[in-house]
Amino acid sequence: MTKEEFTKMKQELEAEYLAIFKKTVAMHEVFLCRVAAHPILRKDLNFHVFLEYNQDLSVRGKNKKEKLEDFFKNMVKSADGVIVSGVKDVDDFFEHERTFLLEYHNRVKDASAKSDRMTRSHKSAADDYNRIGSSLYALGTQDSTDICKFFLKVSELFDKTRKIEARVSADEDLKLSDLLKYYLRESQAAKDLLYRRSRALVDYENANKALDKARAKNKDVLQAETSQQLCCQKFERISESAKQELIDFKTRRVAAFRKNLVELAELELKHAKGNLQLLQNCLAVLNGDT
Amino acid sequence: MAAEREPPPLGDVKPTDFEELEDGEDLFTSTVSTLESSPSSPEPASLPAEDISANSNGSKPVEVMLDDDREDLFAEATEEVSLDSPEREPIVSSEPSPAVTPVTPTALIAPRIESKSISAPVIFDRSREEIEEEANGDIFDIEIGVSDPEKVGDGMNAYMAYRVTTKTSLSMFSKSEFSVKRRFSDFLGLHSKLASKYLHVGYIVPPAPEKSIVGMTKVKVGKEDSSSTEFVEKRRAALERYLQRTVKHPTLLQDPDLRQFLESSELPRAVNTQALSGAGILRMVNKAADAVNKMTIKMNESDAWFEEKQQQFENLDQQLRKLHASVEALVCHRKELSANTAAFAKSAAMLGNSEDHTALSRALSQLAEVEEKIDQLHQEQAFADFYMFSELLSDYIRLIAAVKGVFDHRMKCWQKWEDAQITLLKKRETEAKMMVANKPDKIQQAKNEIREEIEEWEAKVQQGERDFEQISKTIRKEVGRFEKERVKDFKSVIIKYLESLVQTQQQLIKYWEAFLPEAKAIA
Repeated sequence: MTKEEFTKMKQELEAEYLAIFKKTVAMHEVFLCRVAAHPILRKDLNFHVFLEYNQDLSVRGKNKKEKLEDFFKNMVKSADGVIVSGVKDVDDFFEHERTFLLEYHNRVKDASAKSDRMTRSHKSAADDYNRIGSSLYALGTQDSTDICKFFLKVSELFDKTRKIEARVSADEDLKLSDLLKYYLRESQAAKDLLYRRSRALVDYENANKALDKARAKNKDVLQAETSQQLCCQKFERISESAKQELIDFKTRRVAAFRKNLVELAELELKHAKGNLQLLQNCLAVLNGDT
Repeated sequence: MAAEREPPPLGDVKPTDFEELEDGEDLFTSTVSTLESSPSSPEPASLPAEDISANSNGSKPVEVMLDDDREDLFAEATEEVSLDSPEREPIVSSEPSPAVTPVTPTALIAPRIESKSISAPVIFDRSREEIEEEANGDIFDIEIGVSDPEKVGDGMNAYMAYRVTTKTSLSMFSKSEFSVKRRFSDFLGLHSKLASKYLHVGYIVPPAPEKSIVGMTKVKVGKEDSSSTEFVEKRRAALERYLQRTVKHPTLLQDPDLRQFLESSELPRAVNTQALSGAGILRMVNKAADAVNKMTIKMNESDAWFEEKQQQFENLDQQLRKLHASVEALVCHRKELSANTAAFAKSAAMLGNSEDHTALSRALSQLAEVEEKIDQLHQEQAFADFYMFSELLSDYIRLIAAVKGVFDHRMKCWQKWEDAQITLLKKRETEAKMMVANKPDKIQQAKNEIREEIEEWEAKVQQGERDFEQISKTIRKEVGRFEKERVKDFKSVIIKYLESLVQTQQQLIKYWEAFLPEAKAIA
């Protein structure tokens, strides 16, 4: 590999690394801010340790047994979810939220996938620019007529344009695809919350029925009563916090979308203007030469 | 070199000479004697003998000036305007105007406007004729357009007919504006006629667009989908470029076959171009034989210029192929990007619908609209990528193949000369042997025979040498012209392509600027 090719490749790799780094950093930041903003989670001891402990945390990853447990838990949860979702909710708010979340989740999933594909093809187009630039360079150095200067200039242009296009694709990925992916997972988490509440509701109703049966048979009434009361409390508590969480979810979602869409538009503008400037400069030089 | 300064054969200046010219295929295999015997149509063929003798009298003083002008005209487009008579100005100014129009995918005619402006360089080439005509007061120009593809007939016998429109003020054409209907095999027929007349003399005949069985079958079967319309559009643009290149060549422009192709309403069907016809099979056999010959001929290259040029063309060929592959990949990816953007736009619209916060919902639908417009933009850019950049490269790859063919012809010509020389040597040896043998009875008759043969072969050797020199001279001229053309072509097309990129960026800026306040308005 010639020296130019080597430096070019090095630059490319550096740019890619930088883009990935930016992405990861942004994701982590969003996660931590979210935890910190939550009134209850922010008081969690683990969180404090994470933020303050200034030595290596030595976090152990899940071993095989734990992974298997997770897998089974998921299966049970989804089966249960199907059963539980049949129950009609008393509260209008939660009913509406449930239908909304279901639809929203599906659509976000679709949008996230399409956005991913779009940024990927953008990146491959940018890569093509790179190859075209090197071919033009080779043509320029080998040609004997006065077109060689022309080719070299155009090759340079393609190299620079390519950097911009690659950055466009990276930014789109960062602002749009990542946003959608995050909200895909958030809406999944919200759905899970609703499921837990419905579970509590079903338990509550079952406890009620058990209490009625016990009262009818006049056996174990106290036990049934206490369990019913517990279920009632649990259900009410979860309903309350769920309501708050879901309202927060909406506010957060609107804010995040706003921030990211504004930043996306600004970055696209910046890059398009830069690109335009580059192209116009190059054209001026080429037209001046000929 | 003096040969380079000799202008291409004159057009309609010497009517008396035409009788001596032959309109045949075997221009060089026949000896000089047969030339005088058959009168025929006024074809100013590239006969070397005619060239040197005819042009040497006549317009010598004019030619000297012409040569200077020709060199100048080829150098700078801007200078050309100042050299011309004021009558030429309006043509020059009107031609480049349709240059930078964005290509719309809906109006398939749009890319034609782009390629039509490539005809702008056409004006610069008709230098000699033009300056001659200036003396007569004629304005010299010729514009060719290929348009209106129509399907004629049904089923497997269907074909596409294209309208070829010529606008010219050349006096050799009967009208100044006319159009005819031609089908693809007519173009191929024209090319094969021109090739058979000019290739072995050393002229670079532009190659015709390639046949495509898959594409044509789809059209014949009647599938009205986008890929068959794209195929027809691609072919139409290629045919237009082919004709424009052909008329740019001053010698080919004079050819009566070309004129017949452009003018006459009925053209005999060129059946020889079909792949499975007798001529087609003969062609394939010839190609195979040529390939074998090329490997066995070892030419003593006395002229380093030819070797150098051949090497250059090899390199250029390789580079262009690589570049072409990259550009094709770009076209493909851009089309993919356009499709993905469209899919994303729809998805974002759906998301906006299901979002219950009104401002966010509106912003998302706006985003969907922006992305849809951007998808259109990408599609247009992909068209520009293809029709300007990629097709230019593939045209030049085929042209370089034609150039290589011309070099090969020169080698064959040299081979013939060599063979003639060897035969002559053998005959002389036989004669010498007979002289020494001294058998008086049958010797006189044999001696006469051999004398005749020797004279015949001497003439052939001389002819071979003349042919070889002529072909070398023509090739030098042609290559010089080709290089100039190439430089001009590439520069103009690449600049236009860059301008299309500029347009795309400007549109992008507009779209995103419109979206930004919407995004900020989310409360």
